[in-house]
Amino acid sequence: MAVPTSGTAVVSTPTDEQILITREFDAPRALVFRAYTEPDLVRRWWPGRRGEMQVCDIDLRPGGRWRYAMVAEGGFDVAFHGEYREIVPGEKVVFTEIYEMPDGTLSEATLNTATFTESDGRTTLELLTQTSSKDVRDVILGSGMEGGVQEGLDILEELAIELG
Amino acid sequence: MVLGMARAATTTDAFNAVAEPRRREIIALLADRERPVGELVDALGIAQPQVSKHLRVLREVGAVAVRVEGRQRLYRLNGEALKPIHDWVKTYEQLWTERFELLDDVLDDLKKEEGDGSAD
Repeated sequence: MAVPTSGTAVVSTPTDEQILITREFDAPRALVFRAYTEPDLVRRWWPGRRGEMQVCDIDLRPGGRWRYAMVAEGGFDVAFHGEYREIVPGEKVVFTEIYEMPDGTLSEATLNTATFTESDGRTTLELLTQTSSKDVRDVILGSGMEGGVQEGLDILEELAIELG
Repeated sequence: MVLGMARAATTTDAFNAVAEPRRREIIALLADRERPVGELVDALGIAQPQVSKHLRVLREVGAVAVRVEGRQRLYRLNGEALKPIHDWVKTYEQLWTERFELLDDVLDDLKKEEGDGSAD
């Protein structure tokens, strides 16, 4: 486990159509940028503790495509893809993001901007998601829900086994 | 990550109630203290019937409560009714908190690599 934990991700909603996630890391921004853009490194954090990443394609150049896919615990597939729009090495990545829904349809694309700012050897990562409407924004904000509910159910199941 | 397309049905009302910008302004004003309708009308700069309409929606989901004192109707915020919204955003926050904790580990390894110089 990492010793320097910088606390929780802070999620805010600057406008009705936006989500902003902010987190500080105890590392220079060149390293945070690498961890954010190199497939072998992304594989280690993007799935969280909720499954294993099957696909991590990153073609890091303007117009280049990316695709992330994982099998979450419980067996369902989760996949996202998009296109890079702007890359400033070590500083900024602008990209579109589309959710591939389980029924095969695609969500609307959001425009995401990841910004890396360094101060005193620490890096603040800001992830800004721009959606087309408040409804789309709210659906994305609800996206942790399913995992959270699943975790709750798992704990209940463990308790039931212990009690049984 | 895992897009739950449907929100829990029991929380929908509170979400709808705060979906309207004016109603969010009312919530912000009432977060400070209890206020009569007249004060809300002045602060928002819109007509009383509109303010009353928004207050009715907020009251229906339990987000605000009203009491009568003399000739005044005083509105106050009921934070408990807004808790589902808070919890809902929290789950999204949890996912990213989890990811970033793992990212901390990745960064630790990268720092060690750099510390080793060209050892490998």
